[in-house]
Amino acid sequence: MQEAAGQFAIRVHDLVVGFGRHVVIDHLSLDVRKGEILGLVGASGGGKSVLMRTIIGLIPRQSGEIEVMGAVIGGAQDRSTQNAAGRWGILFQQGALFSSLTVRQNIQFPLRENLVLSDTLMDEIATAKLEMVGLVPEDGDKFPSELSGGMTKRVALARALALDPAIVFLDEPTSGLDPIAAGEFDALISTLQKTLGLTVFMVTHDLASLNTVCDRVAALADGKIVAIGPMHELLQSEHPWVRAYFHGKRSQMLQPKAS
Amino acid sequence: MASQSLLTATPSGDLLELRPGGAWTTANVTVLEALSDGIEPQLARSKAVKVDMTGVRELDTLGAWLLEKISRRATSAGHRAEVVGIADNYAGLIEEVRQVNRRNPAPAPRRNPLLVRVSDIGRSAVGATEDLTVFLEMLGSLFMAIVGVLRRPRSLRLTSLVYQLYRVGWQAIPIVVLITFLIGAIIAQQGIFHFRKFGADSYVVDMVGILVLRELGVLIVAIMVAGRSGSAYTAELGSMKMREEIDALSTMGLDPIEVLILPRVIALICALPILSFIGSLAALYGGGLVAWFYGGMGPAIFIARLHEAVSVTHFEVGIIKAPFMALVIGIVACSEGLRVKGSAESLGKQTTTSVVKSIFLVIVLDGLFAVFFASIGM
Repeated sequence: MQEAAGQFAIRVHDLVVGFGRHVVIDHLSLDVRKGEILGLVGASGGGKSVLMRTIIGLIPRQSGEIEVMGAVIGGAQDRSTQNAAGRWGILFQQGALFSSLTVRQNIQFPLRENLVLSDTLMDEIATAKLEMVGLVPEDGDKFPSELSGGMTKRVALARALALDPAIVFLDEPTSGLDPIAAGEFDALISTLQKTLGLTVFMVTHDLASLNTVCDRVAALADGKIVAIGPMHELLQSEHPWVRAYFHGKRSQMLQPKAS
Repeated sequence: MASQSLLTATPSGDLLELRPGGAWTTANVTVLEALSDGIEPQLARSKAVKVDMTGVRELDTLGAWLLEKISRRATSAGHRAEVVGIADNYAGLIEEVRQVNRRNPAPAPRRNPLLVRVSDIGRSAVGATEDLTVFLEMLGSLFMAIVGVLRRPRSLRLTSLVYQLYRVGWQAIPIVVLITFLIGAIIAQQGIFHFRKFGADSYVVDMVGILVLRELGVLIVAIMVAGRSGSAYTAELGSMKMREEIDALSTMGLDPIEVLILPRVIALICALPILSFIGSLAALYGGGLVAWFYGGMGPAIFIARLHEAVSVTHFEVGIIKAPFMALVIGIVACSEGLRVKGSAESLGKQTTTSVVKSIFLVIVLDGLFAVFFASIGM
């Protein structure tokens, strides 16, 4: 879309994040290209979510630079971060839907806060988003506590997409879904990415979705990106942790598409 | 930016040719909505509409939907609509948007406002009986739990009981002492100020003593405990309910009443009389200080008069009420906590209800006790 602004949607350079004396992200650099789906893998508790939350400004960093769509990111309260916030949508692991609002109001919330538009149009947009994520208009009147796990994820995705962001951050989008629902969700992400021209940054452990939807996969170990590239390149990687991750017992089911 | 460049409408005979241009995105939504509403009269006049999208530089769902709406309006009025010049990268989006909003959800049936009001009143009446049922159920299950504990004393959660006692008893002492001290001082000051007109300052001691020991000490402390510990109970049990912790307990074959609620209620029943006692002492102390510094009545005289004015009966009347009030607070707090549903809002609502209801019931109970003690001559 905007080639002039550079070919990268997210640029992270020399990032250090830690809590007290415990360093979680150690001089990490990562570039995400515009229009790609990047999958991030890493050990549980290894700092994947920390990296994502640092990029969106929720966790303060010790040093390093982060740029999202050309805007430098400060903390969550920083003005430039808040301006950039209009350009990204975030799908939290548990959905993080506002429990006192209906599904429709949840989707309309970012619209209502950021834009001036009529209620009719807002309803139409909300219904459009609902249908785009594969739900029916009647679901709009439900409350988050009445939704199943898969539906919660879909509604959360619809809310993340409400403002038509350029980048979507997904924190373990398929965790807690059965393989069929997870497959459908993967297909949905892939379709939406194509139709809306999204850049997707996805933290996941789901080997199937890494294999089917991700253009590139980045492996995070010891606070650094130890390998990055298309899935078949990662499968060839010599790094011990990456080998253990992709060639462990649980990975035997993985049948690489292109290798 | 010139709004003209976003949409140009050229009518030629029966055909209306629309040329959207520039960025049809969320950023321009206010202008775009006004524009697409603005061309409606022209749209109604012409027999056919042609949308030429060659000039569109940027497009997102919102813009695509507004354009789709224009052609839908035309087709629904029986006109012909045609969209040309779609850039390849937006073809998928346009196709997607064509599918949405096809089916309007059935509108919620409108209800007679009068009927709604009447049904609300009916519901709250039914709700009141339900409240009573819930209260009695909790009382009953607590009783059963106590019977269970008496049969198997080792099933009493002693650690939890001690911890709750520490929280609702020991940790509450400073604030209880402070507030009752101030209340005692204020009563004494007001009494001295007004009694002085009749030369009856010395009766202030009677007033402070009887009022504090019989009524105020226990009432103020009970209200504070309801606000401080009752709300904490409701919020704790409510969030445990939300996170399915209570269900987890039940599936392990444990009774949540016995594990969670019994120690809390017993802790309250033990703590409230002690707190009332400490609170009453603090109030008397406050009253005595004011009588000394403001009323000029020395401590020795104050204590001597207090001996004449109050008897152990007054103290008994006050302290007997405390465990019952504690029971009411505990039952209300715990049963409201278990009524929390999935949302954060419901947790807040139930906590408010718990505090309001337990304060109300404490005052009602105090009134009933007043009638009872009057009739037995205490």
